[in-house]
Amino acid sequence: MALRSSTRLGVAMFAPALIYIAAVVGLPLCLAFLYSVGDVRVGSVGYHFVGLDNFRSVLRSPTFRRSLANSFVFTIVTQLIVIVCANLLALALRDRFRGRGFVRFLVLLPWVAPISLGAIGWKWLLDSIYSVVNWVLVHLHLVRPFDAPMWLGEPRLAMASVILVHAWRMLPFSTVILLAGLTSIPKDIPEAAAVDGAGFWRSYFRIVLPMMTPIINVAVLFGVIFTFTDMTVVYILTRGGPYDSTQVLPSLAFFTGILGSDLSEGAAISVFLVPILAVIAILMLRVAQKAEVV
Amino acid sequence: MAVVETRKLTKVYAKAELGAVNEVDLLVREGEFLVFLGPSGSGKTTLLRMIAGLEEPTRGEVRIGGRDVTRLAPRDRGIAMVFQSYALYPHLTVRKNILFPLQAQKVPRARHAEKVEWASSLLGIGHLLERRPRELSGGERQRVALARAIVREPQVFLLDEPLSNLDAKLRASAREELSRFHKRVGTTTIYVTHDQIEAMAMGDRVVVLAQGVVRQIGTPREVYDQPADTFVATFLGSPPMNLMEAGEVIAGFRPEHLLPASLATGPAVPLRLRVATVEYLGAERIVYGVLLGGRFDGQKVVSRIPATVPAAYAADETHDFVVPEDRLEFFERASGKRTGRREFAWR
Amino acid sequence: MPAERGPRRSRLTRAGRWVVLVGFAVALAFPFLWMLVTSFKRTSDLYNTANDPFLFNEPPTLAHLKLLFGETLFLRWLANTTAVGILVVVLTLALAVPAAYALTRLTGRWGPRLGIGIFLTYLIPPTLLFIPLSRLVARLGLQDSLWSIILVYPSFTVPFSIWLLMGFFKSIPRELEEAGMVDGLTRFQAFLRLVVPISVSGILTVVIFTFTLVTQEFVYALTFISSEAHQTVGVGVPIYLVRGDVYYWGSLMAACLITSVPIAILYNVFLDRFIAGFTVGAVK
Repeated sequence: MALRSSTRLGVAMFAPALIYIAAVVGLPLCLAFLYSVGDVRVGSVGYHFVGLDNFRSVLRSPTFRRSLANSFVFTIVTQLIVIVCANLLALALRDRFRGRGFVRFLVLLPWVAPISLGAIGWKWLLDSIYSVVNWVLVHLHLVRPFDAPMWLGEPRLAMASVILVHAWRMLPFSTVILLAGLTSIPKDIPEAAAVDGAGFWRSYFRIVLPMMTPIINVAVLFGVIFTFTDMTVVYILTRGGPYDSTQVLPSLAFFTGILGSDLSEGAAISVFLVPILAVIAILMLRVAQKAEVV
Repeated sequence: MAVVETRKLTKVYAKAELGAVNEVDLLVREGEFLVFLGPSGSGKTTLLRMIAGLEEPTRGEVRIGGRDVTRLAPRDRGIAMVFQSYALYPHLTVRKNILFPLQAQKVPRARHAEKVEWASSLLGIGHLLERRPRELSGGERQRVALARAIVREPQVFLLDEPLSNLDAKLRASAREELSRFHKRVGTTTIYVTHDQIEAMAMGDRVVVLAQGVVRQIGTPREVYDQPADTFVATFLGSPPMNLMEAGEVIAGFRPEHLLPASLATGPAVPLRLRVATVEYLGAERIVYGVLLGGRFDGQKVVSRIPATVPAAYAADETHDFVVPEDRLEFFERASGKRTGRREFAWR
Repeated sequence: MPAERGPRRSRLTRAGRWVVLVGFAVALAFPFLWMLVTSFKRTSDLYNTANDPFLFNEPPTLAHLKLLFGETLFLRWLANTTAVGILVVVLTLALAVPAAYALTRLTGRWGPRLGIGIFLTYLIPPTLLFIPLSRLVARLGLQDSLWSIILVYPSFTVPFSIWLLMGFFKSIPRELEEAGMVDGLTRFQAFLRLVVPISVSGILTVVIFTFTLVTQEFVYALTFISSEAHQTVGVGVPIYLVRGDVYYWGSLMAACLITSVPIAILYNVFLDRFIAGFTVGAVK
């Protein structure tokens, strides 16, 4: 009897959260699928099932294909940069030294500050006329004064800028996660490797890095999600331009669905995020499971 | 195999603080099994880690095989070490764990298989080679750690409390095994422990440390029977030595030498004792009592009486005990150091 | 543990470490330093390309700050954000604390599975939900109202908070509640009077985490709120401080810095706990 009453209490304590999540996450998720196969516009009332029409029209659009490709390119390149740098930075931050807390604070700023504000900061750094980055480049004689790069104005440079800002934003996050992994390795183990005759790099690549694999996976999976589904950086830096060269799925969904009032087509675009999210979720579960077995 | 020497080796962590290790001079003989024994915080592990090169000395020198290695990295010192946690590489199989030092030391690949075979059969772990550390029992892990240490035939073995993670029963057999292993390979070995039984049972010589200072170096018999000072006298032996203070002298005797008066042979100091409690431990009884009368009235003492003595003891009874005079030790009160026989006022 | 344990590193590795640290710290923190510099420079100094931008070529000025606080809605946005933050914190705690407790203690083997399920909902991004939600918000008559985001924000704070709190509750020994129940409390009273007070630090972590997430959110606020007066700082500063094509860089950068630094400090204090939440048990 005691058991049953405690189960009832458990249900009662869990139910509000469950109902809330069902209403504010579950319901809109279902609606997103529903919209993507219907014809819903801002202000429209009825709902007509239109099958895969929205997907067809979306797939026909070169802007969409560009956005899809961009989403992948931005995410993958960003994560490659981030994971290499994060390993390096975590390693440098591992041992205690005077001022470590302050360095960690500086390093963390991009992640903890609101991203929209960080992005507008970069917009100023990369300004077409007053860019301090260009001023430095000019004075290092890397570029000529009246031929300075238009960071946000040329398609290729704009893509590079978006990647740079994403990497800037995600690097602190990956670094602290890897740092947690690094400090969880018992000190004895790298010491044993040192006594066994391994130098710094052998000990790092043969012992430390393999032991960190699960944690690196976690950092990459979160990194992919946060980058792939983000629209803030693109929205503030370039609004997807120039000529849609930096458009990504989330920002395109926003422009189409909210600003363009075509909710259905916007929903169809954002539904393309789902397969990636599903893959990530499965991988995440696998990591969690492995961690529990060990 | 080699001689290990430390000269004035010192480690100070924070300025203005007493060092963790202070001016330690040691000479470990070739092929010797030397034990560092001390309570926690005595600096024994720090001393070992400085010899290994895992800790940088504040001052002093470490020499291995006649060579000054103070500034060398651990891998250039020709040492192998077994850690308290064993520090096995969790993602590698036992075979790869044992291979790791060979690869790191650039031993020719052709010799790898033969060496692994040799080390694993020496420790009887041939059947475990494809397992991972987490699939092994504590005793098996300890052997793998030993195999990994022995495989590249180091000049010196460093062992940091390698038995402390084993349960009591296994520890006794592992102790005996480790001694046998040392006799077989004959490598100079330094062994750190806080367990006096391990130290007495395995050490050729024992270094007793306290607060970063060497208190005594000697064979197990020497440190037990002729403790250099009151610290060693009370740290070794359980229950510890009874100490009584009179004037500038401290007299001490071990519980096993405080015996019923009926067993006295030869000259002995008589003591009257009121029993407080008795612990019956099977092979022996530990009698906790208070001295009655004379100068030491009220002083607590402990006696250890083997089961072969038939007398019975119970709380609040009063009994006559004696301590044979040749079993008394004397220390200077001011320094705590051992001295020769002294006049001692028992009354 | 003493500070410098561990194997001796060669001088090269040590120098390498400093190069890496200084390089990254400068690269990562530079935009914020630049915000600081820009906030106090005269506009004519900022816009003179002949000047060295690293120097104050003209005396520093407080004009940008005066403009920001006197003639924009910045303070209003800060107040909006704080109000939203507080209400979202309250909602989040009300939903997440009991739910996390139920999942750790009361649901047997279903607990962990539901816990992971909840965690996975954290992976569903706003950019997938904002289109249908914009319609639901309109249907409820909440468009352009702060209540829209107050209602929606817990959708991303609750799952992660449940996950964080589950970690906390797991570390409290069961015996504690059992002792309380033996002493005459009901299970729910034991939760309220024993578990909650002990978990204050965990709950505080959730409070900080929720609050920082609220200040960082951009997409929902941009979508649901259309008037300038109802904005949060995260949207108000980068969108409404820009008039057409005119960027008031001085005030803009000051606003960014003033908002970012307190959040960064708060977050930094609780960093280790957040990380424990992200590492999903991959770190012991």
